[in-house]
Amino acid sequence: MANVAVDAPSPLTPSAPRAATGLTDRAKAERKLGLMLCAPAVVVMLFVAGFPILYAFWLSLHRADLRFPSLDRWVGFDNYASVLTSHTWWQDLANTLIITVFSVTIELVLGMLIAQAMYRAIFARTWIRVAVLVPYGAVTVVAAFAWRLAFDPATGFVPSLFNLTTPPLTTRAGSFFVIILSEVWKTTPFIALLLLGGLALIPDDLYKAAKVDGATSLQRFWRITMPLIKPALMVALLFRTLDAFRIYDTVYIMTNGANNTASVSLLGYQQLVNRLNLGLGSTISVLIFCCVILIALAFSKFLGASPQRR
Amino acid sequence: MEHNSPTRKTLWIFAVIGVLVYALVPVIWIISLSLKKPDSIGDGSFLPTQWTLDNYTTAFKTGFFTAALRNSIGIALIATLLALVLASMAAYAITRLDFPGKTAILAGALAITMFPAISIVGGLYNVWRQIGLYDTWIGLILPYLSFSLPLSIYILAAFFREIPWDLERAAQMDGATPMQAFRRVILPLAVPGVFTAGILAFIAAWNDFLFANVLTATNASRTAPVALSYFTGASQFQQPAGAIAAGAVIVTVPILIMVLIFQRRIVSGLTAGAVKG
Repeated sequence: MANVAVDAPSPLTPSAPRAATGLTDRAKAERKLGLMLCAPAVVVMLFVAGFPILYAFWLSLHRADLRFPSLDRWVGFDNYASVLTSHTWWQDLANTLIITVFSVTIELVLGMLIAQAMYRAIFARTWIRVAVLVPYGAVTVVAAFAWRLAFDPATGFVPSLFNLTTPPLTTRAGSFFVIILSEVWKTTPFIALLLLGGLALIPDDLYKAAKVDGATSLQRFWRITMPLIKPALMVALLFRTLDAFRIYDTVYIMTNGANNTASVSLLGYQQLVNRLNLGLGSTISVLIFCCVILIALAFSKFLGASPQRR
Repeated sequence: MEHNSPTRKTLWIFAVIGVLVYALVPVIWIISLSLKKPDSIGDGSFLPTQWTLDNYTTAFKTGFFTAALRNSIGIALIATLLALVLASMAAYAITRLDFPGKTAILAGALAITMFPAISIVGGLYNVWRQIGLYDTWIGLILPYLSFSLPLSIYILAAFFREIPWDLERAAQMDGATPMQAFRRVILPLAVPGVFTAGILAFIAAWNDFLFANVLTATNASRTAPVALSYFTGASQFQQPAGAIAAGAVIVTVPILIMVLIFQRRIVSGLTAGAVKG
C-alpha cells in the first residue's frame, strides 16, 4: 500500500499556486487546520502513553514503597541492579520467552494453514470466516477460563477424555501447555486474517503460469506464495511477538505464576499491586519496555519487518 | 483449477470441519459447563446430562456482576466514542491536508500500539491515586484511549485514503454547497470506516484485563472480565466453576453476536491497508 508519507497534493488548494519561497495564505491555513485537527489526539496520546512511561522511569530511580512512604528517596540505578541480579527476573523472562516462541511459531504455521483454507475454500467460505472470528471475539480472560476449567479434573472433560493421571495445571510443563494452547486458540485467527490479506494480493496468473510450467503445489507454495507473502508475514510476526511478550491475562487466570510459570508482566504487576513497591515495579516495567524496543529493532534489522509497509 | 475431483472435495470437507471444531469447541464447552447442575459439574462429560439455568441466577445474585457489566459497557462505549471523534479528526487531517509532522504522528501512534500495558499502568496507578481518578470510569477510559486511539487513527487513515475525494468537488461543481457535498457524498463513504474502527476499538476495550485489574477496586468501576476472576464460592479459596462459566458466556455473547453480524467489516478493518475494504 501507499506509504503514509507519500500523499497526493491536496485538492483543497487547487487554485492557490505555491510560491517558490514561503507559503501561500491558503497553504498556511491548511497547515494550521491540519495541526489543530491532530492536536487533541496527540495531546491525549502523550498524556496516557508518553507521560506514564517517563514517569515510570523516574519512579524506577527511586526507592518508592507505598507501605513506607517516609523512606522514599533517590537511589539511582540501584533498583535496576537488584532486579537484574535477581533469579526471579531471569526466570520469568525465560518463561515469557518460552511462551512467546512456542505460541508465535505454532500460530504462524496454523495461521498459514487456515489462511490457505479460507483463501481457496470452494464452499462454506462464510462459515469458515465466521468460525475463525469466534476466538478473535472471545475475551482473553474467558478463553483462559474455558481452557483452565476444561483441563481441571474437578470440572473439566479433558483429564477423563485422555486418561490424564496428573492434572496438567499442577506441573510446569502442563501449565505451559495449557497457557500456550489458550493463547494459540485465541490469536491464530488474527494471524490467519493478516496472512489472508497477503494471499489476496498475489496475482492468480502467477500460479497458473507456474502450473503450466509443471511446478508442484509444494514448489508453488515455497517459490511463489512464501516470497510474496513475506511482508504480510513479517508484520504479523512482529505484532504477535510483541503482543505475546506482554502476556498477562492468561497466566494470571491459569496459574497466577504458580509452578514457576510467571511472565514478566505478571512479575511487574505483583510488585506494583501486591507488594505496593512502585520503585521495583516501575523498574520491571521499564525493563519490559526496553525488551519490546529491542525485539522491534531486531525484527526491523534482521528480518526487514516494517509495519509501514501496511 | 481441478475443483471438482472427489478426493479434493473430501479433503476440503475435512479441512472445513477441522476449522469449525478448532474454533467452536472451547465456546461450546464453556456454554455447556454453564448449563450443568452444580452436583454434576465434576462428571467429566463434555455436554451436560441435566440442563439448568441456576448458574446464571447465581452469577447475578450478588449484584456485583451486574455492576461490573454496566461498568464494562459504559466504559468501553465512552472510550470508543472518544477515540473515534479524536481519531477521525486526526486521520482526516493526515490523509487530506498538507502539514509538517504527519509522518511523525502516524509513527508515534504506531509506536504506542507496541507499548506494553504494564509499562504504562504503574505510573497511572500512582498518579490516579493522588488526583482521585483511581477506581473511576474516567480512570479507565483514559488508559483505554492509549490503545483505541492509535488503532482508530491507523484504521481510519487507511480507509480515508481509499475514499474518492474528487467526488466532493464534483458535487460542488454540480451546485452542492460544501456542507451538502460533505454530508451527502463524503459522509456515506466514510461511515463504514468509522464503524469498523469503532467495532475494533470497542472489542479491544471490552477485552482489557490488566488496566482494569490494577486501576479498579470496587463496584464503582470494576469491569466484567475482572469481576469474573473475583467470583468466590463456598470458601474463599474455591472458585465456583458454574457461575464463572455463566459469567464468561454473558461477557462473550454480545461480542460474538457483534462479530458475526459485522464479520466483513472486522476482517477488512484487521487487514486495513493490506486488502481493500
